[in-house]
Amino acid sequence: MTQETTIPLWKQDGAKPFIQIKNVTKKFGEFTAVDNVSLDIYENELFCLLGGSGSGKSTLLRILAGFEELTSGQVLIDGIDMANIEPWNRPINMMFQSYALFPHMTVAKNIAFGLKRDKVPKKEIELRVAEMLSMMQIEEFAHRKPDQLSGGQRQRVALARALIKRPKLLLLDEPLGALDKKLREETQFELVNIQDKLGVTFIVVTHDQEEAMTLATRIGVMGNGIITQVDEPRDVYEYPSSRFVAEFVGSINLFDGRIYEDDVEHVKIKSKKAGCNFFVNHGISCSPNQKVTVAIRPEKMKVTRRQPDQEYNCLYGQIVDIAYMGNLSIFRVKLKSGKIVRVTLPNLVRENRNPLTWDDFVYLAWDYDSSVVLTS
Amino acid sequence: MSKATGTFWLGRYDTVKTRFSILKKIRWGRYAVISIPSLWLALFFFIPFLVVFKISLAESAIAVPPYTDMFGWNVEDAILDVKIKLGNYLYLFEDSFYLDAYLSSVKIAGISTFFTLIIGFPMAYFIASKSGSTRILLLTLVILPFWTSFLLRVYAWMGFLKKNGIVNEFLQGIGIIDQPIQMLQTDFAVYIGIVYTYLPFMILPLYTTLEKLDASLIEASKDLGAGPIRTFFLITLPMSMPGILAGCLLVFIPAVGEFVIPALLGASDTLMIGRVLWDEFFQNRDWPMASAVATVMLLILVVPIMFLRNGKKEGSE
Repeated sequence: MTQETTIPLWKQDGAKPFIQIKNVTKKFGEFTAVDNVSLDIYENELFCLLGGSGSGKSTLLRILAGFEELTSGQVLIDGIDMANIEPWNRPINMMFQSYALFPHMTVAKNIAFGLKRDKVPKKEIELRVAEMLSMMQIEEFAHRKPDQLSGGQRQRVALARALIKRPKLLLLDEPLGALDKKLREETQFELVNIQDKLGVTFIVVTHDQEEAMTLATRIGVMGNGIITQVDEPRDVYEYPSSRFVAEFVGSINLFDGRIYEDDVEHVKIKSKKAGCNFFVNHGISCSPNQKVTVAIRPEKMKVTRRQPDQEYNCLYGQIVDIAYMGNLSIFRVKLKSGKIVRVTLPNLVRENRNPLTWDDFVYLAWDYDSSVVLTS
Repeated sequence: MSKATGTFWLGRYDTVKTRFSILKKIRWGRYAVISIPSLWLALFFFIPFLVVFKISLAESAIAVPPYTDMFGWNVEDAILDVKIKLGNYLYLFEDSFYLDAYLSSVKIAGISTFFTLIIGFPMAYFIASKSGSTRILLLTLVILPFWTSFLLRVYAWMGFLKKNGIVNEFLQGIGIIDQPIQMLQTDFAVYIGIVYTYLPFMILPLYTTLEKLDASLIEASKDLGAGPIRTFFLITLPMSMPGILAGCLLVFIPAVGEFVIPALLGASDTLMIGRVLWDEFFQNRDWPMASAVATVMLLILVVPIMFLRNGKKEGSE
């Protein structure tokens, strides 16, 4: 899905966004579900709204579908203000989290529902339904009722029903949430393929960061009704803009510290909890002595028994927990200060002669460009 | 009910086969549970019905009870006389009076059921759309009339509908009519009485189905291009069919046999089978005839329900 040959639209200056969300706020009584959110989404994007429950991501999706009225703000789709356009007149379709298949209709009738409402000729409906059934590989279930289908089959029917009207924008609310892990992985790639083939803009709401990572062209991380970061998956992971994003996406070790040397080329940070000083080889905009957080991903650390030849970015502690996950192992290392650090190591060989084990004392070290400094 | 008895018998056959299975005890426990309602129905529905059926085949007589015995025992020659009179049933069809009464009952019950549905559906929909405490309050309001006697409530309607009643006085007061309208002792009053009395029986089953109706289905329909009216007819209405059926049966069946409402609110010529029954029993003291009327009424009600049940079963398969 990554567009290698062309520069993605969101990186082009002056590219016209397909969906413009402008200062959108939605309040339920006293509670603010969506708080002054502004967001541009471009044509053909597969945009993921990632957030925990109650983060406002579903509300934002329902605003786009037209099920929630705005408290304030504006939503433009293809340049048209959606304010007074009812859900049934929007060029948008939605795939519901519960799939919301009509239980009293067969699969074929469910899929045809949208076309029938648009008074499409009968012949064409039949043709397009058949086409959609074969694309989703559910031809054999055409005459079954939804309650005679498995979860994965229902998911396909729901997707087929949402796609058949060839909407400009497809909203997907936790599209893979009800599937088991294996099916979810398969479906993820399929979803990306379908999106690529049809050229429909997708907005996916999910709480599953792995799902967001594999699906998305860009991810918008949401929390407490605010979008905290919008970036490509890699950037969200490697360059989280805030503590919230860093903690929400993947796992990460955070160290509170204070800047004691601030240079254009680098900064040095002192941290009591870590028991060592940090060196970050890029400048950050900050004031001397400012409190910051240094964040380091568990897989970016090297684990050694011997002390590495490195003055900065080197922790020392004892292994208190090991979790063998097959492809990798997770170690929990307790520092002198009592802080627990999480490290992951790939299991590169089948038999390790001298494996790290419980109560071993180890050094954890990382390169100068591996960690991220968070100021908020 | 038929299904329960069906499995009951099948089950017994089963347990004979698996007499020594450990499951035996559990199964008998299950049947013990089913047998209580079965026994209840047998005792208080099926046996009384057989008694009524037996009486309907007897002849009216001046005696206590006022009908002839079905079995006569001639002691001398040891002859068992069995006397079955079918004349009561034949007479039902000979005299158009009974047929008219049945038809009129079905008509009145049918129209009343229709109006309870029309009035009850929006009310049930409204209640189901509310949340928490409002919902409970509204449901309590629906059930509240049951706290006073049914008879009292019908009498209250007499007060409303009579010539110098509240409705007439109000209409005269605001100048819509000069002369009071005859409302009491008309079919109109019977309809009002039945619709009013049976409305809760319509609202409650409708509410239970509408409450379970997944809101996302409505949204999905709108999302796919159906406006509110089409969504109602394509999704909400078909999805609430079980509740509509249950509500209609709960209203229609007792309404067909309704006696008190037509007696108190209806005209003397409002023909309903409940009144015919009353007259046969208490005025003419013709118990066999009354029993025949009752038996045929039961058939009129049960046969369509059985068809409905079968239709439903096929539909779900």
